[in-house]
Amino acid sequence: MASRARPLGLAAPALAVLLLALVLAPLAMVGWRGAGLSLGPADWAAVRFSVTQAILSALFSTLLAIPVARALARRHFPGRGVLITLMGAPFLLPAVVAVLGLLAIFGRSGLLNSALDAIGLPTLSIYGLHGVVLAHVFLNLPLAVRMILQGWQAIPAERIRLARSLGFGPAETFRHLERPMLREVLPGVALVILVICLTSFAVVITLGGGPKATTIELAIYQAVRFEFDLGRAAGLAAVQVGVCALAALATWVVTRPTGFGAGLDRRLELDAPRGWRRWGDGMALTAVTLFLTLPLLAVAARGLPGLFDLPASVLPAAGRSILVALVSTALTTAIALTLALASAVRTRPLIEAAASLPLATSGLVLGTGLFLIVQPVAPPMTLALPVTILVNCALTLPYLYRILLPETRALHADFGRLADSLSLTGWPRLRWLILPRLARPLGFGAGVAAALSMGDLGVIALFAGENQATLPLVVAQLTGAYRMEAAAAAALILVTLSFALFWACDAGGRRAAA
Amino acid sequence: MLQLDHLTLVEGSFRLQAHWSCDRGSRIAIMGPSGAGKSTLLSAIAGFFAPSEGRILWEGQDLGPIAPGDRPITILFQDQNLFPHLTVAQNLGLGLRPDLRLSPAELVRIDEALSRVGLASLGGRRPAQLSGGQASRAALARALLRARPILLLDEPFAALGPALRQEMLGLVREVADETGATVLMVTHDPADARALGGHLAFVADGTVAPPQPTEALLRDPPPALRAYLGEE
Repeated sequence: MASRARPLGLAAPALAVLLLALVLAPLAMVGWRGAGLSLGPADWAAVRFSVTQAILSALFSTLLAIPVARALARRHFPGRGVLITLMGAPFLLPAVVAVLGLLAIFGRSGLLNSALDAIGLPTLSIYGLHGVVLAHVFLNLPLAVRMILQGWQAIPAERIRLARSLGFGPAETFRHLERPMLREVLPGVALVILVICLTSFAVVITLGGGPKATTIELAIYQAVRFEFDLGRAAGLAAVQVGVCALAALATWVVTRPTGFGAGLDRRLELDAPRGWRRWGDGMALTAVTLFLTLPLLAVAARGLPGLFDLPASVLPAAGRSILVALVSTALTTAIALTLALASAVRTRPLIEAAASLPLATSGLVLGTGLFLIVQPVAPPMTLALPVTILVNCALTLPYLYRILLPETRALHADFGRLADSLSLTGWPRLRWLILPRLARPLGFGAGVAAALSMGDLGVIALFAGENQATLPLVVAQLTGAYRMEAAAAAALILVTLSFALFWACDAGGRRAAA
Repeated sequence: MLQLDHLTLVEGSFRLQAHWSCDRGSRIAIMGPSGAGKSTLLSAIAGFFAPSEGRILWEGQDLGPIAPGDRPITILFQDQNLFPHLTVAQNLGLGLRPDLRLSPAELVRIDEALSRVGLASLGGRRPAQLSGGQASRAALARALLRARPILLLDEPFAALGPALRQEMLGLVREVADETGATVLMVTHDPADARALGGHLAFVADGTVAPPQPTEALLRDPPPALRAYLGEE
């Protein structure tokens, strides 16, 4: 191909290098400061707890998702589409809001314990390992359901037709069709959730804590904020990177595309067995719907009255959160588009590395490294918001890049030559080809990035001073102070803003594409 | 004059060689079995495929270092010749100015080109609202506007029925007459080659044979071409 130096040709590698620097510089700092430090027994307890809770969360989320996904795969009922869409929402739901909702149901004075108390049974505590696992299942079960549902829908119609012609009952169908599919799909699902739970912070800071329920992420936070022991924080961060990198590597190995046998025909639904299985499917769907919606309804019920009596900190924090979300979304979208366009022609290792490396880190790891870098130059608190924006950018970029890459590849395959033959390059190519053709995935991706940045509680907790708190941090602080009505009101604003931003970006993209 | 100077195209184990030239204004049908490399040859001339050896020259100038859009070439692909999100008029406008900042005079030229190919008043439509034949006409109208000295056709009418295809070939001849363009057209069908008139270059066994007058070649084909045509 006749190649010509285009501005874009240089922009992508430059951005990839900047992004790598943004991730590697804090990692190097962490490695340098943390090297040679021996971790104490408390630190090893944190490592063990991190891994234990992540494994349990991944196991429960995955196993409980199987009956729900199967019910969705083989039953048709009004509201099925809505339910499947709803399963996509918790990924964008701010974790602090989820925690607050679970506290309203399972907490000390929540609905469940009030009921147990009323009939004279002992009450349950949500704090500790089981609370952390419960919240992680709440947040990740829907993701697992959607991934496993895709597995069910990917069973080739030819196999299903063969099964029907052989007169398979539910047991044979499970043995010959469903079990092989699950064996392929489940390890990947569990590992993805494991990685997410290893770096979870908002859940653990609220429901965990204490010597028995501290994760590495939380230990880093405590080392920086309370003990101001930056060396120890660096050591913990280095361990966290090692653990995450191992898990991310395992995910990458396990989730390579595996052939389930090509199906050429249109899709065919599995038979929906009658009898008790019908009731079983109905119960699975009812239970998961209640489990996912009741906590959020409880937040709404608690928060609505409080909207008229908000703590003074809420509105400025909301403003800061919107600012952080908008700036980091604009940055991330522009960078991800540039990288995905550059990778459209052929895979470029530098760009792949830059877009994947953030997955092996976490907000608190990057935060600690940046804290160490910034500290000699300026008081970290003065840079809380810029640092949060940068870290949000690095952590949401992998998602956005993965969303855009197949689209830029298709665009290149369909219209690359035509555009080249018409000298459609530079700004006109962006204006007349790329933006209109990619408006839909760009809008969706920007919406995901905006909601994730809006709801993220991570690095801001390390840096924020009195007047830099974002809305998720304010919600966490109010929850920690047991001011539940105020926390619920702030959470209501947070969740509304998150989904409003997602909706605005997504709908904007769809309208631009129409 | 278009010159293929000791041209060698390599893709994996596939090799294609060509060493011939043709005069300005020639009409050349390129025919041969599937996978013989007809499209690869057009890709190389259009600038999408770099030769391993040899050069492609137009009026003595080596096209090698020139980007596809800056070559003296308009190419029509098998499909996707129009951007589906732009109107027909905008698709034509790209042929005049890629940034679409069109002057009133240029807008008039677009309307004239549309009328010329029988699409008057359809400029505001999207390609999805056109029939296959109309989409081909729109692509030819853009070729008319660009008026580049070489027109490459990579089976753009393959999906059309025989009657419509003959109609399009007639239009191609008219466009070529008006712009004085040299036409290279890939086809499977000897009828298309006859309709284009001029010369025929047969591609087989890794070589693009020098173009011969079509009628004479088809009347007395060499063995490889005879085998391809399936005539006894």
